[in-house]
Amino acid sequence: MSEVKEEKIVFQRPKALCDVVTHYCPGCLHGVVHRVIAEVIDELGIQEITVGIAPVGCSVLAYNYIATDFAEAAHGRAPAMATGMKRVHPELVVFTYQGDGDLAAIGTNELIHAATRGENITTIFINNAIYGMTGGQMAPTTLPGQVTTSTPTGRDTKLAGFPVRVCELVSTLEGSAYIVRRSAYNPSEIRKLKAAIKTAFQVQMAGLGYSLVEVVSNCPTNWGMTPLESLKWLQENMLAYYPLGDYKVKDSVKELMAKK
Amino acid sequence: MAKVLMKGNEAIAEAAIRAGCEAYFGYPITPQTEVLEYMSARMPALGRAFVQAESELGAVNMLYGAACTGARAMTTTSSPGFSLMQEGLSYIACSEVPAVVVNIMRGGPGLGNIQPSQGDYFQMTKGGGHGDYSPIVLAPSTVQETVDLVILAFDLADKYRQPVYVIADGMIGQMMEPVELPELKPPQRPERPWALTGAKGRPRNIITSLQLDPPTLEKVNLRLQEIYKRIRESEQRHEEYMTDDADLLMVAYGTAARIVKTSIAQARRDGLKAGLFRPITVNPYPYDALRKAAERAKRVLVVELSAGQMLEDVRLAVMDRRPIHFFGKMGGVVPMPEDIVDAMKKAMAEA
Repeated sequence: MSEVKEEKIVFQRPKALCDVVTHYCPGCLHGVVHRVIAEVIDELGIQEITVGIAPVGCSVLAYNYIATDFAEAAHGRAPAMATGMKRVHPELVVFTYQGDGDLAAIGTNELIHAATRGENITTIFINNAIYGMTGGQMAPTTLPGQVTTSTPTGRDTKLAGFPVRVCELVSTLEGSAYIVRRSAYNPSEIRKLKAAIKTAFQVQMAGLGYSLVEVVSNCPTNWGMTPLESLKWLQENMLAYYPLGDYKVKDSVKELMAKK
Repeated sequence: MAKVLMKGNEAIAEAAIRAGCEAYFGYPITPQTEVLEYMSARMPALGRAFVQAESELGAVNMLYGAACTGARAMTTTSSPGFSLMQEGLSYIACSEVPAVVVNIMRGGPGLGNIQPSQGDYFQMTKGGGHGDYSPIVLAPSTVQETVDLVILAFDLADKYRQPVYVIADGMIGQMMEPVELPELKPPQRPERPWALTGAKGRPRNIITSLQLDPPTLEKVNLRLQEIYKRIRESEQRHEEYMTDDADLLMVAYGTAARIVKTSIAQARRDGLKAGLFRPITVNPYPYDALRKAAERAKRVLVVELSAGQMLEDVRLAVMDRRPIHFFGKMGGVVPMPEDIVDAMKKAMAEA
């Protein structure tokens, strides 16, 4: 009989990520972001005190993939729901996971006021400039000229206005503590995204105020591209209008980060 | 405990506190705002949650969030605000979480006015939001009864894990009456294995109203209907006042019922024997009890501060066994007892 040799595990599925096949389209970055959140939950050891809130949109079933207590909100209302949870259970880590239609159109009011109240909650905001689940309509973040099923000749800013820059908007609110924009189009950006999500959760756990991590993302299906084309389009078009970076890092957050 | 003189809205707030309400969310709207103001001082002082929301949409979804964690939670509003809350209430019903909502009704439709009205009866008793759900609706007619029913609302919400509404109006909200309140105790939560409190030492919980598979959503609906059946069987409440010898059975709830009691005394002095059937649960509606009461009388007269909404439930109960008459006032106009006595005499003369 040969001896059983212990191997060092260098890579495995995070505990906070369910071992299931997702419903996401090939090339969609939702899966990557879910995994990054799960890794952060594992690393912070907060799986048993975390409650997630799923939006209405493609990630409506996020509760099937991230293995914590979870609620599914009405369209756009996740920050209000999170407020209700967190106010009665300040010891919980409460995060909302929202797309651009959910957060920046129908849920703008809930977003702005949760941020301005400085709720100790975290929002992961997926911006892919389109309504994915309903089949590719104009989102509040659709770029000027971008063709969608409801802007068939391209978004005409005279008729349909301009895209909303969420980080820039929310960072002006005194209650917001940590507001950053990241992406996930290559491994280096994914690592930066993970660090930001970790910081956002730590900001919440330290009670420093509202934290939001925007993820400039893609939608190969509704953009009508291959996954690789979509990542290229993201870099060439989205990043110019939505520059990556830190939009609000309160001094208290800087102090926290210096300690970590 | 000694009685204290309290305004209806303040009594609602204190009753909720005594019932162990851990979280209150609200938005200012007349004639309900005193509940919000009262809670803004009392709840933080007791270490409980209070948020003045950005809108009634915000308030109802904060309520939903707090309810998901198993806390006793409440919001209060007035008619236009109640309209805005319908989305969240449909989610709360489908998710089977307990929640209490008080609607201090005002004149409508639209912005209407801030005077007493009962124009939200359909919206409150027949669901109001999308989908098949049927909230419990409690209808007090005095400030003391409002206190008692707010406390009952929390118990019923817990028992059935459904939203429970208290239907009152500006008259009850703004009026001062002596009330007796139960003692103040720290909130106690019964075992709530379904609640979202962090999956420590148990499998994780998911609260969702989404079921993409039709047979699965059908099962959810069948379970809800089973809950509503149990509620219909066990929770019907009503009051009968001088119905034993009544030729004319009056049917009214809330503020309208208070006025009708005065009208009955006047009518009886004039030799018209009238009594009152007052539903306390307007959903589940006490159909059978009303049918029996109506069969003992000759005629039925429904009085509402609306165009005749509960009237439809009275017709469902009485059917064509007795003639049914209606007297209603809209737009925040509150009838005088004499107006109703005239309607009573007219109804009895229409033989």
